Amino acid sequence: MTTLSKLSTLAKERILILDGAMGTMIQERQFSEEDYRGEQFANWHCDVKGNNDLLVLTQPEAIKAIHAAYFAAGADIIETNTFNATTIAMADYDMQDIAKDINIAAARIAKEVALEYSTPEKPRFVAGVLGPTNRTASISPDVNDPGARNVTFDELVAAYEEATEALIFGGVDIIMLETIFDTLNAKAAAYAVESVFEKLDKRLPVMVSGTITDASGRTLSGQTTAAFYHSLRHLQPFSFGLNCALGPDLLRQYVDELSSISESFVSAHPNAGLPNEFGEYDLEADEMAEHIKEWANSGLVNVVGGCCGSTPEHIAAFAKVTAGIKPRQLPDIDVKMRLSGLEPFVH
Amino acid sequence: MSEQTILASRFINIGERTNVTGSAMFKRLILEEDYETALEVAKQQVENGAQIIDINMDEAMLDSEAAMVRFLNLIAAEPDISKVPIMIDSSKWTVIEAGLKCVQGKAVVNSISLKEGEAPFIEQAKKIKRYGAATVVMAFDETGQADTIERKYDICARSYKILVEEVGFPPEDIIFDPNIFAVATGIEEHNNYAVDFIEATRKIRQNLPHCHVSGGLSNISFSFRGNNPVREAMHSVFLYHAIRAGMDMAIVNAGQLEVYDEIPKELRDAVEDVILNRHDEATDNLLELAPKYQGDGKAAKAEDLSWRELPVNKRLEHGLVKGITDYIIEDTEAARLAAEKPLHVIEGPLMDGMNVVGDLFGEGKMFLPQVVKSARVMKKAVGHLQPFIEAEKDGKSQSNGKIVMATVKGDVHDIGKNIVGVVLQCNNFEVIDLGVMVPCAKILQVAKDEGADMIGLSGLITPSLDEMVYVAKEMQRLGMDLPLLIGGATTSKAHTAVKIEQNYDHPVVYVPNASRAVGVCQQLISDELRPQLAAKLDKEYATVREQHARKQPRSKPISLEAARANKFSCDWSAVDIVTPAQLGVQEVSVDLATLVDYIDWTPFFMTWSLAGKYPRILTDEVVGREATELFNDAQHMLQTLIADKTLQAKGVFGLFAANSVLDDIEIYPTVGQTVIAHNLRQQTHKPKGFNYCLSDYIAPKSSGRTDYIGAFAVTGGIGEDELAERFIAQGDDYNGIMVKALADRFAEAFAEYLHQQVRKVHWAYAPNETLGNDDLIREKYQGIRPAPGYAACPEHTEKQLIWDLLQVEERIGMKLTESFAMWPGASVSGWYFAHPEARYFAVAQIQTDQRDDYALRKKWSTETADMWLGPNLNG
Repeated sequence: MTTLSKLSTLAKERILILDGAMGTMIQERQFSEEDYRGEQFANWHCDVKGNNDLLVLTQPEAIKAIHAAYFAAGADIIETNTFNATTIAMADYDMQDIAKDINIAAARIAKEVALEYSTPEKPRFVAGVLGPTNRTASISPDVNDPGARNVTFDELVAAYEEATEALIFGGVDIIMLETIFDTLNAKAAAYAVESVFEKLDKRLPVMVSGTITDASGRTLSGQTTAAFYHSLRHLQPFSFGLNCALGPDLLRQYVDELSSISESFVSAHPNAGLPNEFGEYDLEADEMAEHIKEWANSGLVNVVGGCCGSTPEHIAAFAKVTAGIKPRQLPDIDVKMRLSGLEPFVH
Repeated sequence: MSEQTILASRFINIGERTNVTGSAMFKRLILEEDYETALEVAKQQVENGAQIIDINMDEAMLDSEAAMVRFLNLIAAEPDISKVPIMIDSSKWTVIEAGLKCVQGKAVVNSISLKEGEAPFIEQAKKIKRYGAATVVMAFDETGQADTIERKYDICARSYKILVEEVGFPPEDIIFDPNIFAVATGIEEHNNYAVDFIEATRKIRQNLPHCHVSGGLSNISFSFRGNNPVREAMHSVFLYHAIRAGMDMAIVNAGQLEVYDEIPKELRDAVEDVILNRHDEATDNLLELAPKYQGDGKAAKAEDLSWRELPVNKRLEHGLVKGITDYIIEDTEAARLAAEKPLHVIEGPLMDGMNVVGDLFGEGKMFLPQVVKSARVMKKAVGHLQPFIEAEKDGKSQSNGKIVMATVKGDVHDIGKNIVGVVLQCNNFEVIDLGVMVPCAKILQVAKDEGADMIGLSGLITPSLDEMVYVAKEMQRLGMDLPLLIGGATTSKAHTAVKIEQNYDHPVVYVPNASRAVGVCQQLISDELRPQLAAKLDKEYATVREQHARKQPRSKPISLEAARANKFSCDWSAVDIVTPAQLGVQEVSVDLATLVDYIDWTPFFMTWSLAGKYPRILTDEVVGREATELFNDAQHMLQTLIADKTLQAKGVFGLFAANSVLDDIEIYPTVGQTVIAHNLRQQTHKPKGFNYCLSDYIAPKSSGRTDYIGAFAVTGGIGEDELAERFIAQGDDYNGIMVKALADRFAEAFAEYLHQQVRKVHWAYAPNETLGNDDLIREKYQGIRPAPGYAACPEHTEKQLIWDLLQVEERIGMKLTESFAMWPGASVSGWYFAHPEARYFAVAQIQTDQRDDYALRKKWSTETADMWLGPNLNG
């Protein structure tokens, strides 16, 4: 049985639980510059504090403990600590050359913990995360030249190919494109993932998750939820969803919209509310779980988890409130040509 | 719905004008690299109804790949264009692939075919699928382009089979182009081309599920080049029949499609004979008829001015909605001559126009800067009518209601109030604006004398909140019953509910922004709606009060003693204290031109209620256009202000020796002289951090080391009031508000600039700093410049110390009001701290033990302390 069919069978039976925030959990540990460096990078020529992905090499036990905490809380799927582990994003720390090692190590760590927790009744999965990078392929960095770009599609494809291959080599079960704020970046990731699948002659389930950045209901690059869906539907992902930026109250309408148009399963991992004036997330586990429960009861979702500010406590609460609720049924969608610009176009 | 409309609604127009092979004008624009105008062409197509736009750069003189990439990247920044899907059109695969790498949406490739055989066809289709695009497939194979029904269908069917079965291409993403060829060429074999296309289309749609059929329409009429009426008639007739056969897309000039039923019957019949190849003389007949329709009534109008031909009322409406002042006097005069009384022009067409503006604004289809421009047009029109109305002396026009507005005593900030005033005027309210620093007694007196329907209070600084409470209490005491509106940056629903509303028995309404003001005022003047609103507000405020009372502080309060024990500290013997290069007080003046580079534009847009970060806001889908226009207007104004020097920036700063003693800072301006700056300390439980106080950043006296502190006061607003008043007197509120909004930006930019100069030159603790404006905005530098009245030092009276130390008023004329607001309004003052670990923090909630301690240090009574520390005491 392939991972895809295993996951699909499970997703039809019950709502699957994704993990919560990684960054929030790392922050709590208050690692110092030295902790981040570890022995391996003790003499690195620039500061690396804040390079959370590096911790899979320098503080692997801490990352394992976070994964374990989420599995213990009831997560079916956890995400690798690789949000920034592309050559493009790692360049901030001049660590582009070790992006590959980070992906492999992150995948191995996560898989190791997953195997510990896996039982025949409750198999656990690892989603290898491809983050958005810190550059945008369809937005100009230069006010005076809207046609300028600081990254090309081909550069993104190369970076994502390396990361995808390393994640698969490290043993992930799923590939996850998440926090997509510029769809062109994600299309490059999709292109890379397809190319790697073809090269390795092996397909993994793919999860796609975009980010509606504010109340305008658009991604940062300006697409509506439906337009975004049309742009990436060709990847035929296992799940299509939304995460980050908004709390569950503001995100609901977009999850609802996606739920009505998506041929794939629908995932959502919102933030624990909006950051307060100190940049902290206030929404408590029980309060957030109330929202999640309502989504589940309304048949909007197949996979739920948390993004910024969520903790194992949140995830445990989600697992509890969604238990026994029937997951969203895949709708019958007419066969139509579904194009998009910033807005959807169906013909 | 007629059959024709149903069919037409299932038919897609693809814009054809952005094609260098089809449009000479577009080709010239691209060759001359006039991309701005080229974008305009794309935009017009979308405005004219193109649902997809086709882009083609196949021209020998061009680097087609580069031109495609450049144009698509530019389009991505134009939400009015990029909202629709793109069709990437080229005969070269490399150009198509380059284009696919630039579009985030799901695009359409135009085109691929079996021309070079199956292998490249499959390879290209696979890639298109991986890029996430649909594709046009030409009816073309290894032997050539298909012309007959059979060839067209066979090639399409073969292509379909390969795509769906071998490549796994979604059939709904396949668009066949069975080749539209020219008819009526004089060559007999060409006569059936239209019929071949139409019949092939029928067969394709019947037998190949989910696919689409498209084509380049203009080919069909190629032989009638130069005779647009005939060409357009041919296009309409051809489409009429092809759509019925199943053609569901076409590349057309979306602005130029003749309606089938409106083609003169004689011409339509002749064209139909040709298209459907009904008889041998069809071509000849049409050729004979064609000259009669040549150039018929299709003369191009200067599109921009077509609205000038509308009836005068519509012209007034257009001018108001679009904010065009050029014709308003002319049109108002025309309306006046036609009206019985001049007043009727205001009450009739002008108010109707403003109602349209109000509705569009209410629906979010117009934005604040546009509304303010509309008001400018309205004022001009009214200004023109005024003398005529007065000559008739027939009294005043009937307004919606009358509101007295003021910025309260002690406060000088009025941009928000002015905007609300303009928006209300646009909705036919009579606004009596008393200006700034208006004492309570005056506001209430004017309201009474003028018979106002309501009062609006505005304020920006925290002491203004108390003044508003005072006004409410006075209204209660005087037995008034007018509704009271509360607005301004520091006001909030919670403050209104907890502090103001309970002091007054009649409606008190918190108005969060200008767009809410109209709705609120309309409800308040309606006898029917007012009680409903009042009841709703009572309930809302009660809930807010309940929530407020229940609210647990997120962190527990601790005693002042405990907070002091957890102060930020460092090894003072090891800290590198840099002695300033120049101690003492200095005045600075700077050109506005220098400050332009230091402006943080994001708050400027917030002033105008346009939400979004600069520069992204300029390309924002919703407000981008208005933001860009506003920004351009601001640039224009900036240039004027810089050139004619009517607005000036002045500043003063001082650097002094200093030491801290507990929470106070002793400042030594000259040897033997000591003045004291008083600070507040964070007083909530901080398990992981410190309980900060600004004094922590200055070496304690006990350390035995001399440390330093700086103070500054700058304004970008010398002359702002006069300038703004001059504009407003001319009926130009838009530029009146603009001047003040820019003066605010100059003041902030000046503060940023001066801070940099201090760090690099005057104090010179960071002489080698090299930061761009973005980094400055993100505060990436060493040291901070907290401002009294804001989070780190929230108590306003401490500004007096800065004024005394720097002799601010004597030197540069900036003043403090009784509430310690700075005048001119566009001003910033604060302290400089150089400590490497200094960071901004918020004092937030403090306890009574700190109030008592602070009162003792300031030699205040408890009541005085309660008044000035109120916002931090009560949370």
